[in-house]
Amino acid sequence: MYPFEYQTASSVADAASRLAAHGDAKLLAGGQTMIASMKLRLAQPSHLIDLAGAADMRGIQVSATEVTLGAMSRHAEVARSAAVQKAIPVLAKLAGGIGDRMVRNMGTIGGSVANNDPAADYPAAVLGLNATVRTNKRSIAADDFFLGMYETALAEGEIITSFSFPIPRRGAYMKFKNPASRYALVGVLVAQLADGSVRVAVTGAGPVVFRVPEMEKALTAQFAPEAVAGIKIPADGLNADIHAQADYRAHLITVMAKRAVAAALA
Amino acid sequence: MTVKVSLTVNGKPAAAEVEERTLLVSFIRETLRLTGTHVGCDTAQCGACTIHMDGQAVKSCNILAMQAEGKSITTIEGIASADGTLHPMQEAFRQNHGLQCGFCTPGMVMSAIDMLRHYPHPDEATIRAELDGNLCRCTGYHNIVKAIQAASQASA
Repeated sequence: MYPFEYQTASSVADAASRLAAHGDAKLLAGGQTMIASMKLRLAQPSHLIDLAGAADMRGIQVSATEVTLGAMSRHAEVARSAAVQKAIPVLAKLAGGIGDRMVRNMGTIGGSVANNDPAADYPAAVLGLNATVRTNKRSIAADDFFLGMYETALAEGEIITSFSFPIPRRGAYMKFKNPASRYALVGVLVAQLADGSVRVAVTGAGPVVFRVPEMEKALTAQFAPEAVAGIKIPADGLNADIHAQADYRAHLITVMAKRAVAAALA
Repeated sequence: MTVKVSLTVNGKPAAAEVEERTLLVSFIRETLRLTGTHVGCDTAQCGACTIHMDGQAVKSCNILAMQAEGKSITTIEGIASADGTLHPMQEAFRQNHGLQCGFCTPGMVMSAIDMLRHYPHPDEATIRAELDGNLCRCTGYHNIVKAIQAASQASA
């Protein structure tokens, strides 16, 4: 790891001014990806600004229509929140399946979504549940947030502060995970939103989380596993690596989507 | 550049000047000379470096020492009683021979203690699922699972 200067931020505003003061500064949320990247020298910030002390980035609120998660909500907090489990069970369950128990005690939703790893779980929740990403500057709809591999709509110096998830009628997330890294080879989140529309979000399979309009249309007409069973996803452009070829990932999308619909109905 | 880090380790205050890039596990092993916490994969996959920070199990190879500033951490050296009586989880690992080479054992024990806080009486499937953050390269999982089951019954 290259040397850097460590700083702590007491609030979002404090973090923003520290970021602005140092061109090569980076934010440290839970650090479960950041520190690994720095060890590999893939990231070499001049300053690391720890957000753990920013009280205005924490907290979980549940209203009649939405769940709001502070950006610094740890995966374990979301997974164990009785209020989240009741309002959006798929969100609590997804958080409880990220990494492992020790990683979940440190990792945060803000860190995961800002990093936008192609195989991370939370991007599927944000896109599949039609969440809104709130930053220190604006609100960004999920459909406009994830731009490409590790690329998001966040501008220079922009900091995610919280996420608002509208409460859906039902939803489920099915992940085929890499047993060593626990990242998704393919993860599919299926949700039927409050207005009856359906979203299908896929992570792990492509360079960035994406929706499957053909499945959404079929499930809007009939919310049942059979509705997606015959929908084949083209392998073009999907990820291929030592863990799985593109055609295998394409196959898994249909399998995981079917299982997610079945689980959402259970 | 160095900075001062102060925290509580196994109930006692500890402070040192460290480089800002120092990992918590390096601080524990090299500065405090508490070498029971192991570095296995160094990529937050194997769990050999598991410790407790403010009562939560975390992987100390993937945390900066500075992130533990002001916190209370417990390592494998801190769980037995002052008179040397083993922690019930250590005793269960001993009784059930829940180790082969022993390298993963400190992390297994620290993870298992944390597991029972959330699942006081886990069945075998739960134990195996909840151990997914700890790898044993001897593949000695069978007796590790037995040990955790025995510890959960001992504390019943």
